[in-house]
Amino acid sequence: MSLRFLGLLAAAAVAAVACGGSPTTPGATRSQPPTATMKPQTAIGPGEGQLNMVLWDGYADKSWADPFQQQTGCKLNLHPAGSSDEMVSLMKDGGGGQWDLVSASGDADLRLIYGGDVKPVNTDLVPDWQNFGSFFKSPPYNTINGIHYGVSLQWGPNTLLYSTKKFPNKPTSWQVIYDPANKGLITVPDNPIQIADAALYLSKTQPSLGIKDPYELTQKQFDAAVALLKQQQPLIKHYWALATDEINLFQNGDVVVGAAWPYQTIQLKAAGAAVDETIPQEGATGWADTWMLATKAQHPNCAYMWIKYVSTAHVQAQQALSFGETPVNTKACGEMESLQVGSCAQYHADQTGAAYFDTIKFWKTPLLDCGNGQNNCVPYDQWVAAWTTIKG
Amino acid sequence: MAFRSLLWRYSWVRPLLLLTPPLAWFVVIYLASLALLLITAFWTIDPFTTQIVQSWNLDNFQTILSEPTYGSIIGRTVLIAALVTVTDGVLAFPFAYYMARVASRRVQTLLFAAVLLPLWASYLARVYAWILILNHSGVLNWSLQSIGLPPANIGYTNTAMWLVFSYIWLPFMIIPVYAALERVPESLLEAAADLGARRWRAIRDVVLPLVLPGVVAGSIFTFSLTLGDYITPILVGGASSNFIGNVVYANIGIANNIPFAAALTMVPVAIMAIYLTIAYRLGAFEAL
Repeated sequence: MSLRFLGLLAAAAVAAVACGGSPTTPGATRSQPPTATMKPQTAIGPGEGQLNMVLWDGYADKSWADPFQQQTGCKLNLHPAGSSDEMVSLMKDGGGGQWDLVSASGDADLRLIYGGDVKPVNTDLVPDWQNFGSFFKSPPYNTINGIHYGVSLQWGPNTLLYSTKKFPNKPTSWQVIYDPANKGLITVPDNPIQIADAALYLSKTQPSLGIKDPYELTQKQFDAAVALLKQQQPLIKHYWALATDEINLFQNGDVVVGAAWPYQTIQLKAAGAAVDETIPQEGATGWADTWMLATKAQHPNCAYMWIKYVSTAHVQAQQALSFGETPVNTKACGEMESLQVGSCAQYHADQTGAAYFDTIKFWKTPLLDCGNGQNNCVPYDQWVAAWTTIKG
Repeated sequence: MAFRSLLWRYSWVRPLLLLTPPLAWFVVIYLASLALLLITAFWTIDPFTTQIVQSWNLDNFQTILSEPTYGSIIGRTVLIAALVTVTDGVLAFPFAYYMARVASRRVQTLLFAAVLLPLWASYLARVYAWILILNHSGVLNWSLQSIGLPPANIGYTNTAMWLVFSYIWLPFMIIPVYAALERVPESLLEAAADLGARRWRAIRDVVLPLVLPGVVAGSIFTFSLTLGDYITPILVGGASSNFIGNVVYANIGIANNIPFAAALTMVPVAIMAIYLTIAYRLGAFEAL
């Protein structure tokens, strides 16, 4: 699609929104995505008999996928993706008529939305949406100018994992993973989005840089974050790619501190390792997944039935415990407790207040468009290139 | 009838008919994909939508040449590939010599099975086995400490990568060297002995020159397999263990920047072209 055509579409979309009255929940305010004018369906019709999904492995586990297939007659065809970027490339050209739904993470969402690969959804067709934590109804990574391009699913914070033998006192700052005293004992994820973690740390320790959002960095702010990570590189034992890699590193005593997900902490504690996790004073980054509907979805009714089904408290709790993540449905907490006592607090599912979510900066795709009318932010392809130079 | 007489009259028709399907397959599937790769390398992507923009330029190649990180990644990849090749060559020659010329038939079969046995197991399982050996509380450190030596912390370093690569590709060196050694006629060694050459002299002056093409053929495997690998660096590498393959993977898998990945892929293609030219001069292709 040519840029001029995109421009025309955007202009038409702005006009449509202006006529349609002001939206109530804005999410993010930025330029209008190409599919903004597509009107979502207003009712769920009869199922089409099948549903093709690109998703994270385990997101349609038999324990809740089989009852769905029996209830709705929608046969599930699953394609587990290995990375956010595989999801983006599979969903190219609106899913190509091949894929209906994608369980995209925040770092892929804006790429899918601005690529025109996903279209607006009608949250009225998902009754449990009303029970979602207020943050997850219209988060900035899936809601643009009041239009929802998906329905939130699950989330998790990126926590600081540490050995309680090495740190008898809980570390209070991310400084420990940049500290030369821990040389050769640190592990962080092998992911360009890690630059945002450095930016978040700098936003508190070097206020003069003026970092407001760790995903919207000007060249100067970006360079500072990259410089910090280059200083950190000689201190790193291993950049972990799989959650199990990090679990092994901690279990074998190769590292004592690192950036992790609650999943690793839970697994390590279950194996009897002397570790604990914390969200330091600077706050933390986090990931959050969204079900998004392909622009060329061939089975939209089954897709809505699925979104409706996985948003219910019971399935939300099942998935949270099966995968080690946190549900967005606030009613799921009780279901989690009945499945596994203490799990609600362990997974931070009891957190609903704005104060808590202010400390979590959720992944979103870094774009040239800073979201404040300026176009001087460093886009994602440069994040990837910089990550290569950081690892050297 | 007419067809048969045509085949008889024009003797070139028959080989042409026989060769066309495999040749077409080779040209379309093999060479065309390489050509596409070459073309893509001269395009770029739109930073906003990550769609490929088909405008001809040299930006990707300029980035590779001007950014020192890519130079050090290419250097590391080639250096480790070369080290692995030399290590495997040094290990494989005496082993293959024993197998081909000293061992009894029975021992030979056993050794063959031993060389090929690791190839039956998954590549990943074999790399993970090495993680268990090399990590902080692994078998290596445990053994060293039990005999009173300090621990050798080589898990998650470039040394670990060198060890694991040398282990994984060793069979690919032993087999061509073994094949070359077996083809050296016994009569040449007898002649050398008749002329007064001791065993070592005969190996140096008679066997080695005859086996060299086999060693070079094996080195093509070990060198090119290491050059193109990206899994071992992820699993056993340390903080700065990126290979060319890892950067290619990151650009395709994470950034969706296929043009840049294609440009970077041209580097190992060029390195292998040079390597194969040298190997050809050394007569390696006669040993394959």
